[in-house]
Amino acid sequence: MSAPVTHQARSADAGPRRLELSLLGRWEVLLGVVLLGLVIVGARLSPVFATAQNFSNLTAAAMEVGIMALPMTLIIIAGEIDLSVESTVGLSSAVLGWLWAAGVSLWLAVPAVLLLGAAGGLLNGLLVTRAGLPSLVVTLGTLALLRGLASVVLGPRAISTFPTEFTAFGFGTLPGTPLPWSLLVFALLGLVLGVLLHATWLGRQVFAVGKNQSAARYAGVRVRRLKTVLFVLSGTVAALAGVILTARLSSARADAGQGLTLAVVTAVLLGGVDIFGGSGTLLGVVLAVFALAMLQNALRLADVSTQLQSIAVGLLLIGSVVVPNVVIRFRRGGGTR
Amino acid sequence: MTTSLRSLPTLLARQREWSLLGLMLVLSLAVWLKAPQFLSPANLSQVAILAAIIAVAAVGEALVVLTRNVDLSVDATIGLVAYAVADLLKLHTLDVPAAIVFGIGLGLLLGIVNGALVTLCRVPSIVATLGTLSVYRGCAYLLAGGSQISLSDLPPAYVALARAGLLGVPLYVLLAAAVTLVAGLWVGRTRFGRQVYAVGSNPEAAAVLGIRSRLVVFVVFGISGTLAGLAGVLWGAKYGTITAAAADGAVLQVVAAVVVGGVNIFGGSGSVVGAALGALFLGLIANGLVLVRLSQFWLQAIYGAVILVAVAADAVIVRRMLRAASERRRAAQSAPGAGRA
Amino acid sequence: MLTRRYLHVGLALAMAASVGLLGAPGASAQASLNVAFLPKQVNNPYFDTAAQGGMKAAGELGGQFKQVGPSEATGAAQVPFIQDLTTQKVSAIAVSAADPDAIAPSLKAARAAGIKVVGYDSSPAQGAYDVFVNQADTQGIGQSLVQMACDEAPTCSGDIAILSATSTATNQNAWIDVMKQTLQQSQYSGLHLVDVVYGNDDDQTSQQQAQGLLQSHPGLQVIVSPTTVGIAAAAKVLEDTGSAGSVQLTGLGTPNSLRAYVKDGTIKEFALWNVQNLGYLTYYVAAKLVSGDIKGTPGESFSVPTLGDYTIGDNSTIVLGPPQVFTADNIDQFNF
Repeated sequence: MSAPVTHQARSADAGPRRLELSLLGRWEVLLGVVLLGLVIVGARLSPVFATAQNFSNLTAAAMEVGIMALPMTLIIIAGEIDLSVESTVGLSSAVLGWLWAAGVSLWLAVPAVLLLGAAGGLLNGLLVTRAGLPSLVVTLGTLALLRGLASVVLGPRAISTFPTEFTAFGFGTLPGTPLPWSLLVFALLGLVLGVLLHATWLGRQVFAVGKNQSAARYAGVRVRRLKTVLFVLSGTVAALAGVILTARLSSARADAGQGLTLAVVTAVLLGGVDIFGGSGTLLGVVLAVFALAMLQNALRLADVSTQLQSIAVGLLLIGSVVVPNVVIRFRRGGGTR
Repeated sequence: MTTSLRSLPTLLARQREWSLLGLMLVLSLAVWLKAPQFLSPANLSQVAILAAIIAVAAVGEALVVLTRNVDLSVDATIGLVAYAVADLLKLHTLDVPAAIVFGIGLGLLLGIVNGALVTLCRVPSIVATLGTLSVYRGCAYLLAGGSQISLSDLPPAYVALARAGLLGVPLYVLLAAAVTLVAGLWVGRTRFGRQVYAVGSNPEAAAVLGIRSRLVVFVVFGISGTLAGLAGVLWGAKYGTITAAAADGAVLQVVAAVVVGGVNIFGGSGSVVGAALGALFLGLIANGLVLVRLSQFWLQAIYGAVILVAVAADAVIVRRMLRAASERRRAAQSAPGAGRA
Repeated sequence: MLTRRYLHVGLALAMAASVGLLGAPGASAQASLNVAFLPKQVNNPYFDTAAQGGMKAAGELGGQFKQVGPSEATGAAQVPFIQDLTTQKVSAIAVSAADPDAIAPSLKAARAAGIKVVGYDSSPAQGAYDVFVNQADTQGIGQSLVQMACDEAPTCSGDIAILSATSTATNQNAWIDVMKQTLQQSQYSGLHLVDVVYGNDDDQTSQQQAQGLLQSHPGLQVIVSPTTVGIAAAAKVLEDTGSAGSVQLTGLGTPNSLRAYVKDGTIKEFALWNVQNLGYLTYYVAAKLVSGDIKGTPGESFSVPTLGDYTIGDNSTIVLGPPQVFTADNIDQFNF
């Protein structure tokens, strides 16, 4: 009888990590299977689903969400959250339009807008780290504040006189291929952040901070600096997403990006990242971004109503947490309380 | 006279309520100087009625936040209940009192689902309520299709609720006050209610004390849903024209009211009275902006700034009070002849 | 009631799924006329009424009809639908633009793929459509709004204010511009436009803004609200505050939502157009484009059953007809 007990004890010690690793491995595989399943079901539901043009379309639309989901992953793993990303998109779109309408060259306007995004992220970061305020509330406040600033900057106007090269960047594809430009941005960013998160000391710090902030601090991690950098990164990338969105729609508006926060957070959670921080993989989030885009596209092509789509996404989100919980309970054999 | 830390939450709550009242007075004065009709009974009662609907939902949300959770699905609950109740009234399936009971009951059901997800399925509340937000709203759209309920479809008795009053005070305001009072007494004076604070401020200690945290959390989600259902009933009577998109986005106002009202997002401190006052404060700001002819484009930005300032002030006050409390304790302990504190 | 509706939905879903699964692989034959309506947002009674007109026309012509669209009325949300309809190779897309420019690139891509694009209710940008079906002449609407305000204000003089939709709404902004020009005319010299506020087509904001108008402008005679959400919200506020006698209300709205207010005198008259006919006409125009009867160039004419003859005007636009004014006398004849 002692063998099972020791086994139990040992697995309890190595438990969390072992459980996580295998669970994560399982989660990415599960996502991969879901993705494949979606391709098959989508193709059966509509003959035009499995075409290059369709994949190109659905990818382009998903890239803004995907690009923002990458730094959001790091932030959530570190135990925080950034709800203000959609307003940063709106503010960057509004400022870009305003600058362009005022005659400023895009070569100047775009970097200025990215800097603005970074500044917004810095605000978030400082309020969270220096003032010690909870990120949920801080970014809720900046969600409203930045959106409001966007309205003040651009008001009711919609700027749409952008040059065609700019529009082509957002709407067009890499020459000779059906791949949208934004996919290139997503791939590069994903690669850089993926390597950073999973293969460098910095990445380990992010996980450590998320698992146990005080322990990380005692271990020498500059927690405040790390979190501030993450928020600045999130703000800058959100501003970039705003630029891409403006280019793709060839239209700058103060209400750009509304609803994107929900989509980004859904993608990250669906990707297997723990909302309480400390675990998750970038690969999972990448797969989840595509899975979500594909699901919505397949449903649209099958003429499933928008209402049902919204219900489907909500159930998926809940399921993405319930399923691992059930798995954990099952593996622990009921578990003790 | 050491300041025991246990009364700290109460102290903080009182502080916030008084500062809110003070702020509202200052704000009202400032707006009144520019636009005297701000303080007219007609204007104030309309503002109060609109704020009352948010306040009712904010009281429920405050209870949830006190336990260190969050309910993001409130506006979908409000919308779904508003539409369902109006639909039943339009089809004459139920009469007005029965429909009101149905609406509140539906809210309770939706809240129970949230509670079950959080306590039984162990889904973190932010994820669970984000999910139910989509599901409930989707259900509202499914139910409604593209139709809308118009004023002429509703029985006059229902619509008259929004205009009813007692001694000049609108019914909605009385209702909101009653809800706040009952909730405040429940959470401040009853044994079970006090457990709400305990669960939020220190879940581990609460468990050690034998408090059934999961039951407490389940109950507050049920209450939050019920109050959101009530808010939905009030919404329908006030707006008269209801589509499936009713109350879309109101969750921001509800959470803002709770935060501005001093309820700590980490749980364990704050009061429902503060949340109700927060709702009134935000309503006054919205109305004041319109009256001083400030461009309505500033409203969102001001909301955001108000939230940030409120939370920052919270943090500063907490730190100061904690420091003061620990200093006093140290002084008492080092004073000659002092016994155990 | 609820269970029945859910049952219907469930059945419909099951049927659709089974048809999709069974029919998909071999279903390469599209019907020769397959028109998709893409309104600013679904679950909107106004667009659903137009869709009914479209369905009626589809029945008469033996073509297919479907309506798809986003839940939120933004251009960004409409783009994926346009792209998917293009992928599905429908014969024509009828679209009401939430953002005229944002959807232009994808509409142009659709046209390049051989799909006809008909704008209705809210025009896409120039070059992104073949024909635009305007529900009523912009000039006509703006002038009617001023005329109705004049009718309702005692001796056609006093302060008037406008409660509009979102600040970016192209229709409303165009009508408001015409109103401002019209107000310059000598016969309206007694009317003064004191404020324009935006209710964002949201109940709460519209009520708050209406309340604000009443408080900020004590001498206000008429509120003009050229949006169905705004006018209903303003009517409710007038009733709730008891101002229905002293402040008049007019604008654009649907008969069903405003019937109660007309009956009790809060609104004396308001206007709209026949929304169902809008959808009906739009479908016919799409059908004629698909069959090659018309190309969309100014000067072409054609005729449509029950509605009459039309000639395409500048910017490839046609106008449905004059606006319909509703009063207590005729409101019961309409049901939408």
